[in-house]
Amino acid sequence: MENRHAALGLTDSDVLAMYEKMLLTRLLDERAWALNRMGKAHFLVSCQGHEAAQVGAAWALRPGIDWLLPYYRDLGVVLAIGMTPRDYLLALLARAEDPHSGGRQMPSHWSYPPLNIFTGSSPVGTQVPQAAGVAYAAKLRGDDAVVYVSFGEGTASQGDVHEGMNFAAVHKLPVIFFCQNNRYAISVPQSLQMAVDDLADRAAGYGFPGKVVDGMDVLEVYGAMREAVDRARRGEGPTLIEAKVYRLTPHSSDDDDRTYRAREEVEEWKQRDGVTKIRAYLMALGLLTEEADQALRRRLLDEIDAAVAYAEAAADPEPSDLVRHVYAE
Amino acid sequence: MAIKTLLEAIRDALAEEMRRDERVFVLGEDVGRRGGVFRVTQGLIDEFGPARVLDTPLAESLIVGAAIGAAAYGLRPVAEIQFADFIHPAMDQIINEAAKIRYRSNGAWGCPIVVRAPYGGGVHGALYHSQSVEALFYHVPGLKIVAPATPYDAKGLLKAAIRDPDPVLFFEHKKAYRSVRGEVPDEDYVLPIGKADVKRAGEHLTVITYGYNVHLCLEAAERLSREEGIEAEVIDLRTLLPIDRETILASAKKTGRVMISHEDTKTGGIGAELAAIIAEEALFYLDAPIVRVAPPDVHPMPFNGRLEAAFMPTVEQQYTAMRDLARL
Ligand SMILES: Cc1ncc(C[n+]2csc(CCOP(=O)(O)OP(=O)(O)O)c2C)c(N)n1
Ligand SMILES: [Mg+2]
Repeated sequence: MENRHAALGLTDSDVLAMYEKMLLTRLLDERAWALNRMGKAHFLVSCQGHEAAQVGAAWALRPGIDWLLPYYRDLGVVLAIGMTPRDYLLALLARAEDPHSGGRQMPSHWSYPPLNIFTGSSPVGTQVPQAAGVAYAAKLRGDDAVVYVSFGEGTASQGDVHEGMNFAAVHKLPVIFFCQNNRYAISVPQSLQMAVDDLADRAAGYGFPGKVVDGMDVLEVYGAMREAVDRARRGEGPTLIEAKVYRLTPHSSDDDDRTYRAREEVEEWKQRDGVTKIRAYLMALGLLTEEADQALRRRLLDEIDAAVAYAEAAADPEPSDLVRHVYAE
Repeated sequence: MAIKTLLEAIRDALAEEMRRDERVFVLGEDVGRRGGVFRVTQGLIDEFGPARVLDTPLAESLIVGAAIGAAAYGLRPVAEIQFADFIHPAMDQIINEAAKIRYRSNGAWGCPIVVRAPYGGGVHGALYHSQSVEALFYHVPGLKIVAPATPYDAKGLLKAAIRDPDPVLFFEHKKAYRSVRGEVPDEDYVLPIGKADVKRAGEHLTVITYGYNVHLCLEAAERLSREEGIEAEVIDLRTLLPIDRETILASAKKTGRVMISHEDTKTGGIGAELAAIIAEEALFYLDAPIVRVAPPDVHPMPFNGRLEAAFMPTVEQQYTAMRDLARL
């Protein structure tokens, strides 16, 4: 197998670290399902199948300098940029210490000022004009921050997505519009969402580049993202990246995807799983052995176990917290 | 002291705040070269440049959404919605986003934006250039709503709104823009958001109002004093959210008779909440039922002059309602 990462400026240890984040994301997501099925977590949205796209995208960003307006499926993005399994689990169990919302929001509604992760909501697409506003402010201040904003292909039907992209185009703002196209918006297939195969085509209508990437290939995603980030930093404006991915799980813990997807289709996509793909790549290059992989897995599971224990023992918010933070205190 | 129109006072507040704090910038439709369709932002682009006096695309959700993002980054955006009637495309950004940002992040993020919007009728604006939209937002925790009646209040309150750490909706009555004048100090001053102002003291009845209606009620109160010797206390709310309960309740308890007047339609208007507050906390001080004076529940307001006049509150209406209440 040929070395593909050197040409992207990535060292061997970079790619190993990327794989580690992807594996951590997968294992943590799996644990969330287990906690849900045990009745300990009321609700979750899963990111399985999106890990390569998410880690590849986040890898091109500078933690604490660039800005992120991630959507609810972006567990891999926030882990790669610096959040921890403990942070995620505190939110999953809605504990007082949840750094995103103190147990107020559903899990995966990210927020963390130290890493410039702006608070997100449930109404889809609202983050897109906000991302354009963050980028406008950065440009006005003469900073070189780049803004990452993500959404699903279904969300791309929202007017806010259009409004944000158009404004970013007019002012050549440093925004990366990162669409994770998993072919479904809950049950609604892409064919009922749009009449084109590639959402990236729309970028031409705004006047900036649009690029389709294999979202199951972390290196390909990173390469496209790197290019988009460099372009944004040079002041040349936004890019729309459409990562073709597949959601390997139901939409959420309350969904049953057997009502709208054939099992064969899901099985077929599992064969293309991005986590498996990068592992095979590392092994083929001799950068990872079976033993090293097992050791890594054990280490990550230990970390997750410890985080689960911590989150389970963590305190709930006080009832009196209900009335706090409506206005500045 | 200089005599200014409401519009000039607002413009001065914007210019002074932009001079004072380089984080402050304005954005909206036609606010740049044109200086706004009402000319509120006239001249700002010459002093501050097009990046801080930003003509946005014609997209209200973007205007508010981008303001939210810029505020997150540390700026102090003042967004203009060209007419309050066109604020609805931005409803989600205001209610689900701006209002909730502090709460949903457990206090980690704030949303220091101002959304200015000209509202109100009596200017031949027909159904889509005349609306009062304050009640639509009144139900939303996390927002502040300001609706000044005088140039002095407008300037001091807009400065306060720009310096406020939370999202403020700032409603400017179109009819008052150029018809209402008043003294405005030359030096910098800020008025507190959340404080009503007793515009006229009186002992026989309390009139609670805001916006352009303040002037109708004041005129009616003067006439009532002259003709009947009845002294109405006229309270200008100035801030609708959070409401100044102390001032309202103190006056209601003092006079025992309360009239609430607004240009917005009656059902579910601000007056409904005021009446409820007074009923809850001052009922046994009242000598007469609370009276609400407001237009009927129709769409504000037809283009035809006679129909528009039939909708708009008048001095005569305020006068009659006050007199009848005082005599009860
Ligand atoms: C404005 C709005 N409408 C509806 C919903 C309910 N909803 C949540 S996720 C979702 C599907 C989103 O699909 P897509 O954008 O493709 O992202 P994906 O979940 O597939 O990653 C819907 C309909 C919502 N959250 N917000
Ligand atoms: Mg989707």
